[in-house]
Parts: sequence; structure tokens; C-alpha cells
Amino acid sequence: MNTPPRIYGFRGGLHLPGHKEESTRTPIRPAPVPPVLVLPLQQHIGAPAKPVVKVGDRVLRGQTVAAAEGYVSAYIHASSSGTVAAIEDRPIAHPSGLSGPCLAIRTDGLDEALAQPEWEPCADCTKLDPAELRARVRRAGIVGLGGAAFPSFIKLNPGRPVDTLVINGAECEPYITCDQLLMAERADEIVAGARAILHAVGAQRCLFGVEDNKPDAIGALRAAAQADPRIEIAVVPTRYPQGGEKQLIQALTGREVPSVGLPLDIGIVCHNPGTARAVWRAIRYAEPLTARVVTVTGGGIRAPQNFEARIGTPIAFLIEQAGGTVGETAAPIMGGPMMGFSLRSTDVPMVKATNCVLVLPRAEVRDPAPAMPCIRCGACVEVCPIGLLPQQLYWFARGREFEKAEAHHLFDCIECGCCAQVCPSHIPLVQYYRYAKTEIWAEEREKRKADEARERFEARQARLEREERAKEEARRKKKEALAARTAAPKSVPAPLVGEGQGEGAAAPPTPNPLPQGEGEAR
Amino acid sequence: MNVKSSPHLAVQPTVAQVMRDVLLALIPGVAAYVLFFGPGVLLNLALAAASCLAFEAAALRLRGKPLRPFLGDLSALLTGALLALALPPGAPWWLVATGCFFAMVLGKHLFGGLGYNPFNPAMVGFVVLLISFPLEMTRWPGPQPLWDAATDALSSATPLDHVRTQLGLGRTLAEIGGDAPLGWLAGRGWEWVSLGYLAGGLWLLARRTIRWQIPAGVLGGLFLTALAFWAADGDRYASPPFHLLSGAAMLGAFFIATDPVTAATTPRGRLLYGLGIGVLTYAIRTWGNYPDAIAFAVLLLNICAPTIDRYTQPRVYGHRPRQEP
Ligand code: SF4
Ligand code: SF4
Repeated sequence: MNTPPRIYGFRGGLHLPGHKEESTRTPIRPAPVPPVLVLPLQQHIGAPAKPVVKVGDRVLRGQTVAAAEGYVSAYIHASSSGTVAAIEDRPIAHPSGLSGPCLAIRTDGLDEALAQPEWEPCADCTKLDPAELRARVRRAGIVGLGGAAFPSFIKLNPGRPVDTLVINGAECEPYITCDQLLMAERADEIVAGARAILHAVGAQRCLFGVEDNKPDAIGALRAAAQADPRIEIAVVPTRYPQGGEKQLIQALTGREVPSVGLPLDIGIVCHNPGTARAVWRAIRYAEPLTARVVTVTGGGIRAPQNFEARIGTPIAFLIEQAGGTVGETAAPIMGGPMMGFSLRSTDVPMVKATNCVLVLPRAEVRDPAPAMPCIRCGACVEVCPIGLLPQQLYWFARGREFEKAEAHHLFDCIECGCCAQVCPSHIPLVQYYRYAKTEIWAEEREKRKADEARERFEARQARLEREERAKEEARRKKKEALAARTAAPKSVPAPLVGEGQGEGAAAPPTPNPLPQGEGEAR
Repeated sequence: MNVKSSPHLAVQPTVAQVMRDVLLALIPGVAAYVLFFGPGVLLNLALAAASCLAFEAAALRLRGKPLRPFLGDLSALLTGALLALALPPGAPWWLVATGCFFAMVLGKHLFGGLGYNPFNPAMVGFVVLLISFPLEMTRWPGPQPLWDAATDALSSATPLDHVRTQLGLGRTLAEIGGDAPLGWLAGRGWEWVSLGYLAGGLWLLARRTIRWQIPAGVLGGLFLTALAFWAADGDRYASPPFHLLSGAAMLGAFFIATDPVTAATTPRGRLLYGLGIGVLTYAIRTWGNYPDAIAFAVLLLNICAPTIDRYTQPRVYGHRPRQEP
């Protein structure tokens, strides 16, 4: 606590206008329960959850409505009480504007909770066996709330030694403030959650990484963590994309997550503060993940603020709660301005991973004027936090030279958008990288399919040949045995020996008197 | 439906802004030029700007490209300005126009226009002129300060040229030092023009329109090579400050070598690229046959830029040997 932790920094990056003040003037406000909640069955990385209720069932807040399907999946709970109105495909928040299976609940306004939680609350998480702790986190449907939505219990089950837990409170994207307010208002719960995670993964050290533009959060966390010498609050300079997992780990520990590897490979586990808090509440109060903090902000929102909103709340409802929009606005963005995606409609629900709804005035968004040619100015190279050559990747993606793009480490790109943000030619670079990645994946899928088909064919062919050979062999043996018996009925053992030798040497069926011939056969 | 990809925020810099900054940064150098050598250079500038824009427009029209975004990006204007500043003031109009033609058509549009040209267009134009019209290209006026109209405007050798010829005649630098074309550090008048370019270049650096690697490389390479030879034999090799403030060294370091399209793009690569230009400039100036060397050095390094890039890629995150946790 006395010496502040060393900060190592990370490569490249940008200083962006923060726009954090707009939504931090008021504390987090609980959003009312909307008339209809829509719960997509896949709000997480992994398999969609499987509904365990029927249309027409009455459900209570905290009740499981869909169960995890397989290991990498997550439970989903009713975020308020009401009746299951439909289980069907509905539009969901997705970059491509897809629909997906959803479970809709018509709420009854009573917000009645389950009388008996689905598992036992526990006052002291350290008394809990780590396996039991993980099981409860799994039952609570907790996924990474920083945006990735990876089922959290899996990250609590490292199966390998972990020395450091990193709590990613950098929140480097402009406009988003949900973690900042949560850290300022609920620091004790977050710290308690971090302790529970330390216990689960068996680590001895916890580093909170918080950017220096959030003094209130830093102060609250310091106070909350004072008693625990394992927990350090590391203040990092504000710089985008500090909150990228790889960047924060590098900034805090000086270590690099290996390419195509996980933080776990270098003994680190990384969680979001909101996730830590959800873990704590799941253990302490047996409370599943039914709500989260979401920032509704941007110059196009009348009263920007943070809500604690029920999972499944329609985006349009949230925008209304923030006073609606003002002026001519661009399409709302889910997530931040750097990595979020624009929504085709506000008729989609917020999900567990939704940290921000950003509505910008039309004049503030990237103008759709056609890009100029790349002038090879190298501005993108300077800011790339990974050390890539974005202009080369662009060149390869555009020319469909995907192998070269891969050789230039396309798959190490984290799509942070730094390069596109500084490009004087206004080339939508990230779009090209996504395109190239998708194409490569598609190609690989095709190739895998073709390979599999070929393998299947070859296997079948080999089997047929084997069977044919076996039949042949059987026929031959039969014939030979017959011939031997008729030729030398007295010396029975002779052909047997000969046969044994022949088989042992895998020689051709006809006994070959020439030694060279045998050599050739081998 | 127009759903755009991240990042969503409006992007600040534009190609036109970058080019405009570079053009503005030429002002101090040009002002010193006018002050010491009369307004002839302004005529060159106007002529070159008009021709470059005209050739650019014609080439765009022929290639079926939209005029507005590409004329508006100001890159043609900048090419014209750089070429004009490299030509002797008072050069005949056809010389300027021919140079612009080669710069824009041969140097730029034959390769596919902005962003696709491997060679610095202004330097392509310059070198074509130098090879085709050596007489016109070496007829430089002596200083003709605005405040001293009495000085005759007889053409004379540039300081670089003068020093080389005189050294060739067996005189030592100490003897040459007092000759008419020379001033207190380098060529009379020229040293001020160079300092003007330096000022503009520093402004560009401060605005982060250009990065430090290329100018530092060019000037550092030139300085260090000059220093080594000068230290070895101060009578036969000109001093480092003379080299830095003579000819197009400053213009080259801050304005020509930094042309993004044709330079190396990686940070380390740019330093190497600059160093290469600096060292080559010294070599060509000292042992070559041309009045100035920046143009050749830049074009030669243009050829090397892709290779330099290949070998100076930044280390990619997560790709070094795995560390111990
Ligand atoms: S920033 Fe844009 S114009 Fe500059 S090198 Fe990168 S891609 Fe090309
Ligand atoms: S989007 Fe990819 S290439 Fe561009 S700066 Fe980020 S990591 Fe580098």
C-alpha cells in the first residue's frame, strides 16, 4: 500500500477526448422495469441456453428461465416477474442486424423475487470450496461484463497456477462510465468480489488497473482495499486502448500475453469490476445476474446518465429514460465509439455485455465521404498498440492477399480502431481487417469441410481395399491349404511353416524363390 | 442501410490538412529566399503551382477519376512548390512547366496517382530537368537582396558548386572561405533560406504533422559524415554546418524526404531511410558531378523504402520468446 505499484506502459495508443463528465454528474439510477423484457438465449460466448419454462408460465425475478447447454454456456434468469409471452426469434443487438432466439417476458410490475433463491447465500466466500464457488457463479449466469461476455466460471477454473488477478477498471473508451461509477459507488462489493476470485483461482496478488481520469473511483477502491495487503490499486495514465486486456496486462505487469494465447499462459487472470461485483452478489446473496450498469450517453441524449437496468430492457426504453434524443442523431451505438457497433433499430434488448448506449449527433460521427488512397504516412503504424503495420494489412486485405495478411499478423489485431482514428485518408481500416478475417475463416471452414470429405472418402476407400484384401487372402489360404493337402498329404507341417514365414515378412502371397525379389518387396 | 463500422468518431486530420500544413511551413524559407534573392522565386512558385494543378487535372480527367477530392487534397500544389523551390529562380517558363509535366505525369499518374507512386514526384521532375537541360539548371543568380538593389544579378555558381570547383583547382577551404558566394557559415544568403526552412520544419514537428525520424536521419547522416571527413582533413572537406545549411539539405530533410507516399513507414525504418539520404547526399556532393545531391539521394532511397520497411517492422505484441510468469 505504501509504494505504488510500478507501471510499465504499453505501445502506441491515442489520447482521445474522454467525454466522461456528461454521464457522471448523477449517481447510478435504477431504471424502471419495462413492460416487456426480451432475453436473447445467447448473450454469451458459447452455446445458446436452453429454455426451461414454457410460454404462459409465470416467472419470478431471479428464476432460471434457460439453462446452460454444455460447458461453455450460461444460465439466463428472469430479470423481473411476469409471464413468458413468447419463445421465438427476435431482432437482437448484433453488428449484422441478425435475429436470434429470444425469450420474452411480459412483466407484471410487481417485480416479485423468488421466495427461496436457487442456491444458498454464503456470508464468507473463503469458507466455500473453490469448486462450489465456481458452480454458484455458473448458476448465477455470470459472464464477462466488460463486453466479451465469456462465461466467468471458466476463468475461475484455471487448472494452472495463477499469480496475479487483474481487475480491469481502465475503461479507456470515451463516453463509457459504467465501471467508473460502479467503482466509485460500490467499491466494497467489487473488492469483496476480487477477494472471492482470488480465493477461487488461488492467486496471491490482485492489481486493479484504473486510469487516472477517475479519481473518485481510485479513492473509493483504495479505501475499500486498505485492509487487504494482497490488493493494490494501480493508477495508469489515461490512454486508449489501456483497457484492452493485453494492453492493461502489459501496462501493469510488463508481461505480454503470447500471440494466440491467453493471459493464463503467463499466470494472469483478468476480470471486469462489474463481473467481480456480480460474483460477490452471487455468493453473498445468492443473486443471479439480472441487472447491470449501463451508460446512456452522447451529445444526442437529453440527459446522459448511468442506469442499473434489467437485462432484456429494450434500448429504446433506456433512451426514453434518459430523456430521449435531441437534434439530428446518428444511429445509436452499442458499446463505445471506438469498438462498439451501430444498431439498425432500437427495438433490440440490452444484454449482459451491454455497457453503453451511445447516441451521437450526426455531425460528430465519421463522415461517410469516400476514403482517399493510403498515402503511407505511417500515422497508423505509430499508434497501433500491437506493433502491426496497418497500412500493409489494409493493402493485403484490399487485394485479397489473405496469406500475406496472415503472415503480417492480421489475427493479432485487436480491432481497437486506433489506426482508423488517425488515418488522414479516412480509410475504414478496421472494416477491412474484419472483412479479411471473415474471409479467411470462411476459407478455412471450406477447406476443413473439403478435407473432411476427402478423409471420409479415403477412409472408405481404404476400408474397402482392406476388406477386399482380406477376402482375397482367405480365398488364397483356402486354396493353398487345399493344394498342400493334395500334394503332400504326409508332410503336413511344411506348408504351415512356409505360410508362417510368408505372413511374418508380409511377403507377396506367391512364394518367391529370388532373394532380390524379396528385397524389392521390402 | 448505412451502418458503419467502428471506430465511429469523426476523424480529425485529412490529407488536405496535412498538405496545407506543409505548404504553410514553407513560408519562412520562401520569405528568406525573396529577401536575399529577389521575387523571382515567387514567379517560379506561381508557375509551378498552376502547371501542376493543370497537369493533375488533365491526368485525372484522362484516367476517369473525380477531380474534386484529388485536386482538393493539395498534393499537386505541394509537388509544384517543392519543384519550384529546387529550380533556379528566373528559370525560363518552359523549364518549370516541363518539370511539372514530368513530376505529375511520369512521377505520379503513370503509377496510379496519389499514394501509388514509388518516387517522389517533385524529385522526378527535378532530375529529368537536370539531365535534359544541365545548362539552364545550373544558372543560378547570385544574391540580390531586396534592400540592396545595386547588387548586380549576374548569375554565379551556387556555394556548393563553387566550393567543389575551387577544391578541384587545388585551393584549400581556408582560402575559399573569403570568396564572394560564401557567407558566415555557408553560402551567402542561402544560409538564411536554409534556416527559414529549418524554422518551418520545426513548426511541423511541433504540430506533429511530420515525425522526427526522417529529418533527424537526413540531417544526422549528413552531419556525421561531414564531421568525420572534416575532422580528418579540414582543408579539403567542408565543415558540417556548411553542409547542413547549403543547397537543399534543410528543404530536403523537412519537406522532400518526409513525403509520406515514397518514404519508409515504420519508425525505425524512417530513421534508416533518413540516414541513408544524409550519407548519400554527402557522398554525391563530395565525389559526384552534380551541383546538389538531395534529389538523387531521395530517389535512390525511394527504391529502398519497401525493403527497409520489411526489415524494420515493429516487434509484434506477444511474439517474443515466452517469458517466465
Ligand atoms: S494512416 Fe492511413 S494513409 Fe497513413 S499510412 Fe496508415 S492507412 Fe495509409
Ligand atoms: S485496429 Fe488493429 S491494426 Fe489498427 S491499431 Fe488496433 S490493433 Fe493495430
